[in-house]
Amino acid sequence: MIPRALNWLEERTGFPSAASHFLNEEIPASAGWHQVFGSIALFCFLVQAFTGVLLAMNYAATPGEAYNSVKYIATELTGGRMIRGLHHWGASTMIVVVVFHMIQTFLWGAYKKPREATWIAGVFLLLLTFGYGLTGYLLPWDNRAYWGTVVATQIAASAPFAGPYLTQLLGGEGGIGVVTFARFYAIHVLILPPATMLLIALHVFLVRRHGVSPAPGDETKPKKKFYPQQVFRDTVAIFIAFVILFTLAVAVRVPLERLADPTDTSYIPRPDWYFLFLFQMLKFFQGPLEIVGSVVLPGLAVFGLMLVPFIDRGAMKRVRQRTLALGVVALAALGWTGLTVAAIRSTPPTPIIDVTEMTGPESWQMLSPDELAGVGHYRKEACASCHVGDKKLGPELSTVQKRSKEWLIEHFKNPNVMRPGTIMPPIHLTTAQMSSRAAFLLKLNPDNAKAMEAAPQATVEGAMIYQANNCGVCHQVNGVGMKTGPSLNGVAQRRTREWLEEHFVNPQKVSPGTTMPAYKFSSRDMDRILTYLLSIP
Amino acid sequence: MENQNGPNRRKFHLSAIYAMWAVMTGALSLPAAIYLLAPPKSKKESGWIEAGDISQLKPNVPEEFVFRRNRLDGWKVTSEKTTAWVIRKGASEVVAFTPQCTHLGCAYSYDEKNKEFLCPCHVSTFGLDGKVLTGPAPRALDRYDVKLAGNKLLLGEVRKGDA
Repeated sequence: MIPRALNWLEERTGFPSAASHFLNEEIPASAGWHQVFGSIALFCFLVQAFTGVLLAMNYAATPGEAYNSVKYIATELTGGRMIRGLHHWGASTMIVVVVFHMIQTFLWGAYKKPREATWIAGVFLLLLTFGYGLTGYLLPWDNRAYWGTVVATQIAASAPFAGPYLTQLLGGEGGIGVVTFARFYAIHVLILPPATMLLIALHVFLVRRHGVSPAPGDETKPKKKFYPQQVFRDTVAIFIAFVILFTLAVAVRVPLERLADPTDTSYIPRPDWYFLFLFQMLKFFQGPLEIVGSVVLPGLAVFGLMLVPFIDRGAMKRVRQRTLALGVVALAALGWTGLTVAAIRSTPPTPIIDVTEMTGPESWQMLSPDELAGVGHYRKEACASCHVGDKKLGPELSTVQKRSKEWLIEHFKNPNVMRPGTIMPPIHLTTAQMSSRAAFLLKLNPDNAKAMEAAPQATVEGAMIYQANNCGVCHQVNGVGMKTGPSLNGVAQRRTREWLEEHFVNPQKVSPGTTMPAYKFSSRDMDRILTYLLSIP
Repeated sequence: MENQNGPNRRKFHLSAIYAMWAVMTGALSLPAAIYLLAPPKSKKESGWIEAGDISQLKPNVPEEFVFRRNRLDGWKVTSEKTTAWVIRKGASEVVAFTPQCTHLGCAYSYDEKNKEFLCPCHVSTFGLDGKVLTGPAPRALDRYDVKLAGNKLLLGEVRKGDA
């Protein structure tokens, strides 16, 4: 059955013999474990492509929506955190592997004639890998993404001659907004992947054309086959990398910080770990010298990498005899480590806020301000003393929905008129308070009665203050209220408690030009209203 | 040399290669399948939505109610216009049908002359009780759970019509 199918395929396409030709490549006798990194890098790329496509299935590529959809992936979708983790840590793994691949090639001198073009294609692949890191960093649109990208685009803008054009190209004129976002996304998913695939194809083609680089002495030994032994080694190496990646994705949670906030002056931007050394280097070049650190040195480094095969043109030597190469690698590693460590040590520790750790909204958080305030009036008037418990004096309230709001309000005011003979006392509240209590009672049903009781008292009191101050005249919460001011849903992810407090006291100072009036709350009321606002999902 | 190392070693290499790739493929495709197929964790809003006033309804004459409701759509809550065909059966009995034909989801309308619902797509017709009269529709019209608060009509979850 299988041989017949293979035969059929062979006659029509020639794929089986092509695969066999590919696998039965002859490799030098010295080939071994040190040559596995290219295969791991290719595997990492495939994992990134796979998880990237999966993320894109639930991702909205515009700033505010991007944030919400990433949050949705991480908190609402089963396996979403896993896929995001794989993609996030996959990026880091890929950088590590690609760099190791380059170091190996460098140490063994595998770039020498006729393999210079293979090496240069590799340098471009390294740059593309960094390009993914740079553009992908912005896509969650949280504070970290936003501020990291601000720094990156500023660096691009400082480039001599090209700066203004780069800024224009990245849509960065006038700050990072929808245009920059769209550009970064387009580069990340439309430009880089096909470019990478083409370069990988070229790179692999060149490797096959010139064969795996031999070591001195190989010419006298018989050649080996790529399959199955070297394939086995590659697979083991890939497997180890995969286990590490998988463990990271499961064990280390990728945070999603607060929504990007261009006015947040307290945020300390920092790039991803693999760019930290560049970030740190900038600190040594200040003023007019800054472009030395931001553009000139990195540019020279890349140029130098390209030139490596043309500088070192001697005959092949064993690795252990390549002392200069070893020295260069050791020095680079030392420099990189030093800069990275310095960068980590010099950034003050800031708590990372992870919104994906916050649990989904409770039922009471979905209530409108009016309804939640109603819970407060209900508690304040001790309604439960008659309507809850075993020896109920009044009727069960969770079935009250058959009444209308008007009926309930009338009933609060004049119980005896609406239900002659009732022992319910009249309730003295303003019409607004009555109305909110009726709204709450109408929301009550046997399923959610327990959940409503879970609403913390401070929050409920906050909602009462919200209602008493008519905040709903300008603001919307859970779909209720006007839209003159911003919706208060998700304000906890946009603002800090301190910011909100300051905003109440002196709105003009915090957001100039706002129509929000100042509110002088007592410290107790301030605490309650802030607690309430920050509880709004 | 290594490649002269008998068939046993080759066999070991081959099975190890297959085993490792199988594990990795599984470890990637399983989460991917769950991610794509499992429903989001948030439970659906099961609240009652106010659809309108039934005091003007004539008995056994369907009326199209248009109302707004919030729908949780992925990472967004969208407020959308929704309709229901409402029929008053008695003083306190009201039926509300969802506005899509059960065949392929076209919007049907009320044919006053024949006192039946008519879907323009493939000419399915439904009686005032929602049952299929003619056409390819596989089941009776879907209904909302209904509840009355005074004259206010509250609509709840959708129940599939009988096949």
